Amino acid sequence: MDLTLRVWRQKDGQSTGRFESYQVSGIIPDMSFLEMLDVTNERLIMEGKDPIAFDHDCREGICGMCSLVINGRAHGGFDGTTTCQLHMRKFNDGDTITIEPWRASAFPVIRDLVVDRTSFDRIIQAGGFISANTGGAPDGNAVPIPKPDADAAMDAAACIGCGACAASCPNGSAMLFVAAKVSHLAHLPQGMPERGQRVLDMVARMDEEGFGNCTNHAECEAMCPKDISISHIAKMNREFIRATVRGD
Amino acid sequence: MGRFAKILQSSIGAKVAMAVTGILLVLFIIGHLLGNLLMFAGPEATNAYAKGLKDLGALLWVARVGLLVVFLVHISSALRLWRMNKAARPQAYAVSESTMVTYAGRSIVMTGALVLAFAAYHLLHFTLFATNPEFAQLQDAQGRHDVYRMVILGFRNTAVSGVYLVSMILLGLHLSHGVTSLFQSLGINNPTYNPIFKRLGPWSGVLLALGFMSIPLAVLAGVLK
Ligand code: HEM
Ligand code: SF4
Ligand code: FES
Repeated sequence: MDLTLRVWRQKDGQSTGRFESYQVSGIIPDMSFLEMLDVTNERLIMEGKDPIAFDHDCREGICGMCSLVINGRAHGGFDGTTTCQLHMRKFNDGDTITIEPWRASAFPVIRDLVVDRTSFDRIIQAGGFISANTGGAPDGNAVPIPKPDADAAMDAAACIGCGACAASCPNGSAMLFVAAKVSHLAHLPQGMPERGQRVLDMVARMDEEGFGNCTNHAECEAMCPKDISISHIAKMNREFIRATVRGD
Repeated sequence: MGRFAKILQSSIGAKVAMAVTGILLVLFIIGHLLGNLLMFAGPEATNAYAKGLKDLGALLWVARVGLLVVFLVHISSALRLWRMNKAARPQAYAVSESTMVTYAGRSIVMTGALVLAFAAYHLLHFTLFATNPEFAQLQDAQGRHDVYRMVILGFRNTAVSGVYLVSMILLGLHLSHGVTSLFQSLGINNPTYNPIFKRLGPWSGVLLALGFMSIPLAVLAGVLK
């Protein structure tokens, strides 16, 4: 496959970036999107040019490190697919592909397509944890959990923290991510001790980091590579109202 | 900062405030529409209803102040959320391919602001008579303010009717996203009822808009005279 890439290049957080066009040829349809970028970078290095910086780690859809808005959609916008799992066969020979970084004030660009997502880490630090006693490991089945609750918690726990929700939301809202974490722990007995304080603290941190607010378009749900449902946002809203009414 | 103020300042607190005041505003406009539809029952019903409202006296002022507060909370929360949302995405995407965003959803702040402008004009027109001072003099046989005549005369002006008709379409658009949205904002999300919530917005928008539009249209068509 021969492609034209329009890639956002930006030296660092202080510089103003711009799009650069690259012609790449000989792309194999079975390559992943990141392998296509690897090939592009090898050629750039051979030509003595600066390779394109992009984030990645596991390359199997579990770590949440890869990102990229591809032709206007986070992770390319294919159902349940991260950028690292996206095959080049989804594109056509001769296509022009526009590649941009996540755009949100809480995700500042570090270089090219790499953004700083530590705002998510700080939201987790604010409340996305449980208190566990030290000592012997408890028996796995000692605490009974109803099957529907366990399923709902597992669905929420599938979130890999990639940030595609905030990147694709027209309001730059990270509520799907925060909701996944709040809902995951609010469905489990292990999450109960911090239940009220957790949602209040995580939402406060989310606001401080400068994310926007949900206006219920559901664009995040459509773009989330882990298909996290916006029903978790409703759950987070219920948790927030509950904690507020109880005075947690 | 007080606890209550702090909650209203938070994103979800503001969303809940939007939803609760949104429900109150919808209840108000349903009541307002039912009152307006008395136009089709004739001058007697309309003028008696208008007098009944005026005769509420102090109670009317309680309702008016309450409505104003509800309006102000709705608008100030909307503006706060809107500003936060603008600040959250300082740089737009060069290519943006939304799959879920509807026209009504995208334009909700604009339709809200235009509905506010309309509400101001509407008060100047039919409540304060600032645009038509002669409306204050209209009296019916029983010496009551002739609201029926006022509405007929007001809507015979096609430009005025046009403003009302367009504004009601904007209100319908606002509600078509807003009413569906408020359930999710309040945490009401249930796979069994979600299809109903999804339809409730567009249907309430269309029905309320058509309801209000029926009056200027009937005047222009000569059905009401
Ligand atoms: C006057 C100026 C107004 C402005 C600036 C305004 C703005 C907004 C905004 C920005 C939203 C957020 C919607 C979202 O979550 O996506 C909203 C929601 C809503 N508005 Fe308004 N609005 C106004 C007037 C009204 C009026 C007159 C009514 C009622 C007839 C109304 C009813 C609603 C409802 C029911 C919602 C849904 C609340 C929710 O999202 O949970 N609004 N409005
Ligand atoms: S909710 Fe989905 S899109 Fe958002 S961070 Fe988690 S996995 Fe990524
Ligand atoms: S690189 Fe780990 S999810 Fe894509």
